[in-house]
Amino acid sequence: MKPVNVLIVDDSSVMRKIVGRSLRQAGLDLVQVLEASNGSEALSLARENPLDLILSDINMPLMDGLEFVRQLRGIESAQHTPVVMITTEAGEGHVVQALSLGASGYIRKPFTPEQIKERVIPLLRG
Amino acid sequence: MDQAITAEPERVRIHLSARAAGPGAQAVGKAADAKQPVVRIDWREELAKAAGEVFDVMVGAPLTAPPEPRPPFIPDFAAMVGIAGSMCGLVNLRTTADCARSITAKMLGGDEVGAAEAAQDAFGEVCNMIAGSFKGRISGLADGCALSVPTVIFGRDFTLFSLARGEHYEVTFEFEGKLLSVSLDLQG
Repeated sequence: MKPVNVLIVDDSSVMRKIVGRSLRQAGLDLVQVLEASNGSEALSLARENPLDLILSDINMPLMDGLEFVRQLRGIESAQHTPVVMITTEAGEGHVVQALSLGASGYIRKPFTPEQIKERVIPLLRG
Repeated sequence: MDQAITAEPERVRIHLSARAAGPGAQAVGKAADAKQPVVRIDWREELAKAAGEVFDVMVGAPLTAPPEPRPPFIPDFAAMVGIAGSMCGLVNLRTTADCARSITAKMLGGDEVGAAEAAQDAFGEVCNMIAGSFKGRISGLADGCALSVPTVIFGRDFTLFSLARGEHYEVTFEFEGKLLSVSLDLQG
């Protein structure tokens, strides 16, 4: 699998570390791991950096993950970047809303590294 | 996490209000009409299962039953997540700062635990996941309720006062020799 640039979006720095660690445990070769604590910061990073994968929480201050995905799809360079939501909001309605706004996958917290691997690897294989 | 309230050394009283429960609340706890069976929920059991799942999966160390007789427990580290929507309430996780640091170290594995902010961050996130797991277990709550951003309080001398003023459920566990409790306050 080719080396990837990843953006992890979560208002918890501990969760960002855990998600990054899980990606490495899944066997991803991470060239660059960018971090943002809300959707607004993430949009700025997505505009300035080529990304292969984004993992985002939903409940965040300033701009939540759903609004982030909606606006991300308006950035030409990020239109097709896989975005996986990682969140405590596990209701079917939340999943449908996230996918309809452009998310590529959904992982419920708490999650195992295996679940990250199962959802993320197929997206990177295209 | 965007909120942290220091409760030391002054005494702090926190008031938390919740919106009135909507019609969906009836379908969760009671029969919506005479034809529907009454759904009885063991709130304590669901809360315990949610906490157990989070510690098993994300912390990597199980919660166990507390010793009996129970030793004195003076929590000085608390996290809260509000639930609002078809059911309104508050999930509260309490322990000692020492235990919160242990939980953080476990969650981060070999990674550096770092400053005290890491323990606040981790503990708030654990509470958030327990609240999320809990509402995912109750039919109708997963989509019918939203969770607040976690709030973390530390210090020895504080009182939580929930305006929910309804039912209170609490489960106490032991985590690596330290006590920890999870509670749920439902709006009356």
